Amino acid sequence: MNIVVCVKQVPDTATERKLRSDDKTLDRDAADGVINELCEYAVEEALRLKEAHGGEVTVLTMGPDKATDTIRKALAMGADKAVHLVDPALHGSDALSTSYALAQTLKKIGFDLVILGSESTDARTGMLAAMLAERLGTPQLTLANKVEISGAGITVQRVTDYGFDKVEASLPAIVSVVEKINEPRYPSFKGIMAAKKKQVQTFGIADAEIDAAQVGVANAWSEVADFAVAPPRAAGTVVKDEGDGGVKTADYLASKKFI
Amino acid sequence: MKVDRVSPTAEGHDLFDLVRELAAKEVAPRAAGDEVAGRFPRDVFRVLGASGLLGLPYAEEHGGGGQPYEVYLQVIEEFAGAWLAVGLGMSVHTLSCFPISAFGTDAQRDGQLPVLLGGDVLGAYGLSEPQSGSDAAAMTTRAAAVDGGYSVDGVKAWTTHGGVADFYTIMAKTDDGISCFHVPAGTEGVSFGAPERKMGMRSSPTAQVRFDGVKLPADALIGDSGQGFRIAMAALDGGRLGIAACAVGLAQAAFEAATAYAKERRQFGSRIADFQGIGFMLADMATQIAAARALYLDAARLRDAGRPYGTNAAMAKLFATDMCMKAAIDAVQVLGGYGYVEDFPVERYMREAKVLQIVEGTNQIQRLVISRALTKG
Ligand SMILES: Cc1cc2nc3c(=O)[nH]c(=O)nc-3n(C[C@H](O)[C@H](O)[C@H](O)COP(=O)(O)OP(=O)(O)OC[C@H]3O[C@@H](n4cnc5c(N)ncnc54)[C@H](O)[C@@H]3O)c2cc1C
Repeated sequence: MNIVVCVKQVPDTATERKLRSDDKTLDRDAADGVINELCEYAVEEALRLKEAHGGEVTVLTMGPDKATDTIRKALAMGADKAVHLVDPALHGSDALSTSYALAQTLKKIGFDLVILGSESTDARTGMLAAMLAERLGTPQLTLANKVEISGAGITVQRVTDYGFDKVEASLPAIVSVVEKINEPRYPSFKGIMAAKKKQVQTFGIADAEIDAAQVGVANAWSEVADFAVAPPRAAGTVVKDEGDGGVKTADYLASKKFI
Repeated sequence: MKVDRVSPTAEGHDLFDLVRELAAKEVAPRAAGDEVAGRFPRDVFRVLGASGLLGLPYAEEHGGGGQPYEVYLQVIEEFAGAWLAVGLGMSVHTLSCFPISAFGTDAQRDGQLPVLLGGDVLGAYGLSEPQSGSDAAAMTTRAAAVDGGYSVDGVKAWTTHGGVADFYTIMAKTDDGISCFHVPAGTEGVSFGAPERKMGMRSSPTAQVRFDGVKLPADALIGDSGQGFRIAMAALDGGRLGIAACAVGLAQAAFEAATAYAKERRQFGSRIADFQGIGFMLADMATQIAAARALYLDAARLRDAGRPYGTNAAMAKLFATDMCMKAAIDAVQVLGGYGYVEDFPVERYMREAKVLQIVEGTNQIQRLVISRALTKG
């Protein structure tokens, strides 16, 4: 089975994140890049499926040069090879154009199964899996916390507000996973050494037959109109318990519509 | 605060990333609780072992990581900052593997090292005795030659990982001087004293290891008979760099805790970090930490280049551990009363720092080593 995992590099949530003043896109140079946490679950699930059913795991990343760090981490965890889609023309692509660029690349490299994290910690649109499925004409099985493969069929448990749905489809398919699905492994030092020798193919937009007029900040369908720095946290409300602490706390929560 | 590290090996940077992640997620969260409970975190060492981190500075052909000391020591530094017992435990394990790696026969190396470095087992190093500490050569543990091998009697004191280790690398008197032996845990006649009740590092068991007519096969001998003292001292040269790295990591943790606090705490209407008395204390800490780090890395580079480095290692151990003690005391001072209670980690750092001035040669002995090297001839 040929599994492709889409992996994104995001700014470390532990550091201060900024938008650029010129084109209002995320300033990816200002913060350390790390692997998007949910992508680690996607890589782990791909590795487990490979261990159970055989095949190959390819990492696909769209991102600037420094995203190679993130690719190496996924390879050190155990993925077999990687494709890095990197081109200045892709800078500032929104979810819609990113799905187009990734779909074009996926058509080139081929797949039986594509696994993604259900969202990234930077943009949090959570739409990419559905968009990819639509563009590629494959079934979408999103928000999975369990994935099973049997022959050419795939079954997932899809997390919902009321419990879960059981969703079945046939391969090829697109799956997005939630964090409850597994416990991602740490890379090992041996994995780090092995990753150095694994193949990382670099694609520009021409290699993936991506039309420059459909990607990048100038062609985005969504736009950041304005932004402001979050105000510093205001002082909290202190409830002093004089026998009526419970009532006061409840009143406060009710006034904020929490209860 | 992330220490900006450079590595001479390409994989070093990814290794540092892995180590930071493990330190933050697997090591640091356990430190305070296990220290209070005096619980040895064997499982944490298993995680590190499974990640391939318990044999970093040894040859790849023997199951090691093939990393220079310059890289390995920075790994120790990161773990020691998260939890001293873990950083120091890694250093002691590495020390206990050194004699076979450097002085063992091909058969010993090929047969044993893949297991010792494989991550599943943990080692201990037995040199000190109740009556022989700084004067290690005055040991009385004896390995008498008997038919087919040796019979060992005596007591090793202060053994880190005593009772929890899987093997013991020990020094004992033989007819021709001092010799080095490999003793698997569970060998008949080996028993342990109760763990010492220590000022700090309570999660790391330190215990006497007693040998009562312990029969060892002839190939338990590491190196030549009578060569043991040289082996022990060569091992300690590397071990002292491990202690220096531990000291820098611990001092860094103390400095970070103090700095974070000083930026939050307000008195007289301003952040205490903005009082020169506090700001200068932080500046001195940071400067001393940087100097100590540079000193151990300099000694490590000499070692990696195959040059003599024992004196430099002694200097690094001396400077870094004295520096660490002062940084830990100052960190408590920066936190004031809050520094003296267990709600913050700095009181623990202060208790932990002290041991580094004592182990693997007290700082008096380091001065002795350095001055003798300078004045010999
Ligand atoms: C937590 C812990 C873990 C340890 N782990 C191990 C281990 O794994 N393996 C192991 O073998 N040992 C271990 N040790 C033992 C440690 O190495 C010794 O404690 C140390 O070498 C000092 O020996 P001593 O305690 O007998 O002190 P002593 O040698 O009795 O020294 C007492 C004092 O006299 C000073 N002194 C001694 N000689 C001189 C001199 N010539 N000039 C000036 N001053 C001198 C010393 O500096 C010290 O201040 C450990 C100790 C501790 C506390």
